Amino acid sequence: MGNAIIRFDNVSKVFPGGTRAVDDLSFEIYEGESVVFVGPSGCGKTTTIKLLNRLEQPTHGNIYLNGKDTSKIDVIALRRSIGYVIQDVGLFPHMTVAQNISLVPRLIGWSITNQQVRVDELLRLVDLEPSAFKDRYPHQLSGGQRQRVGVARGLAADPPVILMDEPFGALDPITRAQLQDEFLRLRSKIKKTILFVTHDIDEAIKLGDRIAVMREGKIVQFDTPGKLMREPADEFVKDFVGKDCGLKLMKLLKISDIMVPTLNRIIERSGVVEAKRLMEQRESDILLVVDDHEVFQGVIRFELLADRNQGSVKELMERDIPTVKTEEEIRPTLELMLKKGVVWLPIVDEEERLKGIVTMTHFACFFSSEEWGQEETS
Amino acid sequence: MSILNYFIKNLGLIFRLTLEHIEVAMVAVIISTIIGVAIGIVITRIKKLATPVIGIAGILYTIPSLALFGMLIPFIGIGVKPAVIALVLYSQLVLIRNTFVGITQIDRAVIEAGKGMGMSSWQFLRMVELPLALPVIMAGIRTAAVMNVGLTTIAAYIGAGGLGWLIFRGIASVYTEQIIAGAIPVTLLAIGVDYFFVFLERFLTSPGVRH
Repeated sequence: MGNAIIRFDNVSKVFPGGTRAVDDLSFEIYEGESVVFVGPSGCGKTTTIKLLNRLEQPTHGNIYLNGKDTSKIDVIALRRSIGYVIQDVGLFPHMTVAQNISLVPRLIGWSITNQQVRVDELLRLVDLEPSAFKDRYPHQLSGGQRQRVGVARGLAADPPVILMDEPFGALDPITRAQLQDEFLRLRSKIKKTILFVTHDIDEAIKLGDRIAVMREGKIVQFDTPGKLMREPADEFVKDFVGKDCGLKLMKLLKISDIMVPTLNRIIERSGVVEAKRLMEQRESDILLVVDDHEVFQGVIRFELLADRNQGSVKELMERDIPTVKTEEEIRPTLELMLKKGVVWLPIVDEEERLKGIVTMTHFACFFSSEEWGQEETS
Repeated sequence: MSILNYFIKNLGLIFRLTLEHIEVAMVAVIISTIIGVAIGIVITRIKKLATPVIGIAGILYTIPSLALFGMLIPFIGIGVKPAVIALVLYSQLVLIRNTFVGITQIDRAVIEAGKGMGMSSWQFLRMVELPLALPVIMAGIRTAAVMNVGLTTIAAYIGAGGLGWLIFRGIASVYTEQIIAGAIPVTLLAIGVDYFFVFLERFLTSPGVRH
């Protein structure tokens, strides 16, 4: 992980009247990370992120942004350096889309040209055609389009940190799913530290690098989505994460998480005799063939070698073996195996270098109680 | 026919009195707008003051106009000055209240977004609150302006001039033509002022909130 860009130090927020919205929170968020705060309503998740841009003042403790105590930074400057996107969007109805987006750049004195360039760039980023949307007013947009503009506005002055308070909460499920996907696409393009609030655990799992599950002003568990599902800290987290976490986890994991390395490999220029010897040694009747740069070439089977004593592996191997990349998701891989009727697949990296294999047995093991632990063994 | 004759014969006088009338009403509208909108903004910032301030403006509004004009005479005498002061006092209720309502009715999400984006209080007032409250404030100004045109007629009684002068003279001397020569222009003036402010509101309001 990178450097801690945000640090909460024993932060509490007690509202007048005695409600303890945030209770002695301490945590760190690293640069470029997207952290989702999730929990039932009234758990303090929104208050937590509002403490960062000082829409709420902590009653106890300190908050640091880039190592600086936020209470000592000018509040206007602080807020301009933090993007802010909220559920009800809050677009200014009397301003056009372009004016809404360029507001913060305008406040901090960007030139008109730079503002215009930025507006076009951001509209394209959120998948709205600049020429069609720039001059519209908020009431001329759909809910989803409005929130896209809201996100663009939050990014306008290129703040390193962005707060998103249930940004997709008011949208219909289809639009929400679409915007979530776009959020992921956007995240791969821009390196921002994002604090995201939601009450929807599926959204949290989909969008968060790490998830902070909150309850009554405290963080009950702060972990990666995978860890959260495999090792929930307590009953509350377990219930909150829900029963169908197997399916959720499947969406989350990559092939590299379940593959195993293989030693059954041979370089293509090796001779048949060497291949036979290796097969014997490994007690295997199949070898994976690579070139000098570890790039996967094909496989060689014992049947093909049986009565030969001459020639190279390169001449005899079987080519056109389907492969799967390490970054691939679990489900499509499983589907590919079922479709091709194979029980194993070689796994390669971006440069086609052989990294390992995955077999049906691995999938079975993975989904068995041993990996999932919690429900069956308890 | 005699009315028309009166009009033609006294065209210069009627024209002068109309201008006088407009002047008194306009000066009062301008001054009361500045004061009323300012007070309206202040009470959105210090909410505790809202109820008492609107209450006082409400009491001023209930004083019968002739009584208010009369009360000012011992302090300020007669003429345009006490007339304008009375009109300004009268207009406060509708201006303060509309400014207050116009600003406080702004969507919470807009306020939160503006604050969260780092707008200063002044920037937020100038760039968001006033433009969004404008239709409601303009409606207040329009009401005040039409009301002032009417009250200026009565202010002729304390020597403020204007078209009321013709009406009062006409009543005193049972001169119907003179009464009508004052009444018709003042009615047209009120209607004209109303239309003018409707137009001005349309012109000033962003198309984004005009829909």
